[in-house]
Amino acid sequence: MSILIDENTKVLVQGITGSEGSFHTAQIIEYGTKVVAGVTPGKGGQKFQDQIPIYDTVADAVKETGATASTIFVPPPFAADAILESASAGIKVIVCITEGIPALDMLNVYQFVKDKGVHLIGPNCPGVISPEKSKMGIMPGFIHKKGNVGVISRSGTLTYEAVGQLTGRGIGQSTCIGIGGDPVIGTRFIDALTLFKDDPQTDVVVIIGEIGGTAEEEAATWIQENFSKPVVSFIAGQTAPPGRRMGHAGAIISGGKGTASEKMKVLSEAGIHVCKSPADIGKTVEMVLS
Amino acid sequence: MKIHEYQAKEILRMYNVPVPRGREAFTVDEAVSIAEELGTDVVVVKAQIHAGGRGKGGGVKLARSIDEVRHLSEQILGMNLVTHQTGPEGRIVKKLLIEEGMDIARELYLGVVLDRSASQLVIMASTEGGVEIEKVAAETPEKILKEWINPAIGLQPYQARKLAFGLGLEGGQVGNAVKFMLALYRAFIETDSSLAEINPLIVTGDGQVIALDAKMNFDDNADYRHKNFKELRDLDEEDPLEVEASKYHLNYIKLDGNVGCMVNGAGLAMSTMDIIKLAGGEPANFLDVGGGANVETVRDGFKIILSDPNVKAILINIFGGIVRCDRVAKGVIEAANTVKINLPVVVRLEGTNAEEANELLRNSKMDFIVATTLEDAAEKVVKTLS
Repeated sequence: MSILIDENTKVLVQGITGSEGSFHTAQIIEYGTKVVAGVTPGKGGQKFQDQIPIYDTVADAVKETGATASTIFVPPPFAADAILESASAGIKVIVCITEGIPALDMLNVYQFVKDKGVHLIGPNCPGVISPEKSKMGIMPGFIHKKGNVGVISRSGTLTYEAVGQLTGRGIGQSTCIGIGGDPVIGTRFIDALTLFKDDPQTDVVVIIGEIGGTAEEEAATWIQENFSKPVVSFIAGQTAPPGRRMGHAGAIISGGKGTASEKMKVLSEAGIHVCKSPADIGKTVEMVLS
Repeated sequence: MKIHEYQAKEILRMYNVPVPRGREAFTVDEAVSIAEELGTDVVVVKAQIHAGGRGKGGGVKLARSIDEVRHLSEQILGMNLVTHQTGPEGRIVKKLLIEEGMDIARELYLGVVLDRSASQLVIMASTEGGVEIEKVAAETPEKILKEWINPAIGLQPYQARKLAFGLGLEGGQVGNAVKFMLALYRAFIETDSSLAEINPLIVTGDGQVIALDAKMNFDDNADYRHKNFKELRDLDEEDPLEVEASKYHLNYIKLDGNVGCMVNGAGLAMSTMDIIKLAGGEPANFLDVGGGANVETVRDGFKIILSDPNVKAILINIFGGIVRCDRVAKGVIEAANTVKINLPVVVRLEGTNAEEANELLRNSKMDFIVATTLEDAAEKVVKTLS
């Protein structure tokens, strides 16, 4: 098993005709994901790569193809609307890759998708992959390998680094989720952990956090009370100065809160294996598994 | 984006949030003429820099005569203001805010911020105005009153009333505070703020509720909705190298170390800084060149890193996923050919076609130090320093 998506998930792509959308959709299809539809308003009736039907609205796409998941490659001014459209059309897993959505737009979206019981991943994230089954995102598929480690991360390339370390040691992954680097995101560590808890294929979970906010601390408390599988963690930004936004909109130490050292301390106290060095993630998981 | 107090107050004024009368001054003469226009017995001369703690640092003074306005303006304009937020190097004051003095009966705190745990905005009020709110939050959290705001309906009058009564306001003060809070919330939403802080919020002797200080930050992601905000940016308050980097669309933050780093992706960039430190070095910067890492971005990245005289070695760490490493390597070689580099450069490329990429680097006759793992890269770059 895996969480959120597998080989049977019928995926549609919003923004399939844009440059990012078309490039990554081709990669997603190549990986083996069941892409059943694309949506670009005004381009309904056309086909992507001469085979995948494009619809004007998500509602049409869902009605015609039975899609249950959507990947969004829509530019920031229109991305919040794209998420709302998918959630309204009955899509259950929405992965929003778009970086740069205004935070106030996301506050409205968060409330809306929560009320609908939708799993929103992102925005500003690399997406979700259940290795050798399905990929909804922009991560390089070939570095992944099917296995029993779940990965949850606020980062992009750092997740690839961690996955690369795992696969390099012959350790596969059940599902890898990039939850995104924005202050307001649909799925947080705890939401993803809740799914991994019930997944029999997942034996260990890796949490890759970074400075800013208190999501890691909240996850630590939750893990201590609710999660019995071993957890390995790394927090990026031990050398980050306070008050500066380190690339991601959410990666900022403000008012003395959200430092890497505080997060590492709280995670350790909750019994989580905390790696000091980003080079030790693979090694630590291997140790925990043996 | 951060803006100055005087800019925040101008914006708040447009939304009918009560602020003292006053204007910004760039010279002593301007300061004097604004003070004369105001015509009040007491005038406040306030240094305008993007940092808190200005009062304690000597950047905010009361003047009781026009002569005193002139004298204090001369003193503060051009001074190097050091506060707990500027760091020991301080900041040169280039602008003043000249304002009418107020009759202060009470000093309170009011702020609107995004509560990330709740994924909602929260409006916070406290009787402990004029002091650092982080301190209040840490020591006496019960003194901070909070109301979370449902985004669909916005801040409601009953919530504002609850805060006003909680602050111990009475009579006409309550209505004034409610009006103030609703106006502040509207300003926050319509400007796509990420923070609005009124500290202190004052109650005057005659019961008015006024923003004595004002701090607003804007959400950079919403820039496209506020084209006019570009004018509010003050490049004097930013690091010149960072301003330069932003012209190249590079995400660069200058630090104090001597190992320059160039990485694709923010999380990996932070981790690279961390591992440099763990290996015994000090990172000179954060630099995220984005997913692409082509010739142009690498060349611009080199230029920015090399503009920092403290840099003694460079570490390039690129995880090539969708972008093939051999293409990144060609970009690095071409960029290094066009920019003169006299420092050791350690390159670590991982991902698609990493081996071909390393071959290209080794055969380039450019003295690159090729590294394989993250650890190897950090150790090699730190070794070049000794």
